[in-house]
Amino acid sequence: MRFQARVEVQLRPGIADPEGATIERALPALGFDGVAHVRAGRSFSFEVDAPDEGAARTKANELADRLLANPVIEQSRLELEAI
Amino acid sequence: MPARIGVVVFPGTNCEYDVVQAVDGLGGRGELLWHGDRSVGPVDGIVLPGGFAHGDYLRPGALARFSPIMDAVTEFARAGGPVIGICNGFQVLTEAGLLPGALQKNGRLRFLCQPTRLTVTSTASALTALARVGDELTIPINHFSGSYTCDPETLRHLQESGRVVLRYLDNPNGSVDDIAGIANEAGNVVGLMPHPERASSALLGSEDGLVLLRSLLGAATSAAAA
Repeated sequence: MRFQARVEVQLRPGIADPEGATIERALPALGFDGVAHVRAGRSFSFEVDAPDEGAARTKANELADRLLANPVIEQSRLELEAI
Repeated sequence: MPARIGVVVFPGTNCEYDVVQAVDGLGGRGELLWHGDRSVGPVDGIVLPGGFAHGDYLRPGALARFSPIMDAVTEFARAGGPVIGICNGFQVLTEAGLLPGALQKNGRLRFLCQPTRLTVTSTASALTALARVGDELTIPINHFSGSYTCDPETLRHLQESGRVVLRYLDNPNGSVDDIAGIANEAGNVVGLMPHPERASSALLGSEDGLVLLRSLLGAATSAAAA
């Protein structure tokens, strides 16, 4: 089976996010009021071949933890869909 | 026999010749090592120099960690050989798990290229053995992701075991506890964001990096004799 994976990587809560903070500071000047707690991140998409969803999830999560995210400062979230 | 220092070149590394020149100037012998090789050869010490290994794609150091030579570098470090990561090399060492913590984007998202004042806070490392605690050194930094961070428990462990070897006097990048350089438990693996090779001649504005490079050569000579 083939699955479409999407991995979102963000800094862990509590880790300073200068990128998110800079975006947030720019918002009032653009007229966006009432927006708070901006966090920046990255997203990756790829396709995984695996016998079932559980195996695809394990493989994608391992890939995310070993390469896409640095677990010291980042966390990842996986979305998976059969295609 | 001059100490042989292997300087690892990744695609995108750009400080390798500066390191070789500084090492040679101190009577050592700098040799370039290619990241795609699986062996480090008969060297007495290793430097991972500054630059943008693998274009800094994904995160600085994230892909360099998987370069073929890194297994040999890790083995060399485990055997007690001195391994120094400068700037991008420090980022590679943390990504490779040879040093704890991580280097994240500088506070206020500034690329910083300037001389910084440092103080030596431990001499129990291959990079600071010939310095004295309290020595003040002026050495340039040149980075975007140099803000050292780690969890509180790791930080306490680093502090209590004397593994913070260099601190900024005027913390330029938001590093936790003003950390500019740390060592592993044994002191033979050291990472620092400042560039000692760029402070290796009065012509460059400072010779303060020499004591660090001399320490490396000393550690390499001892490792070779052991």
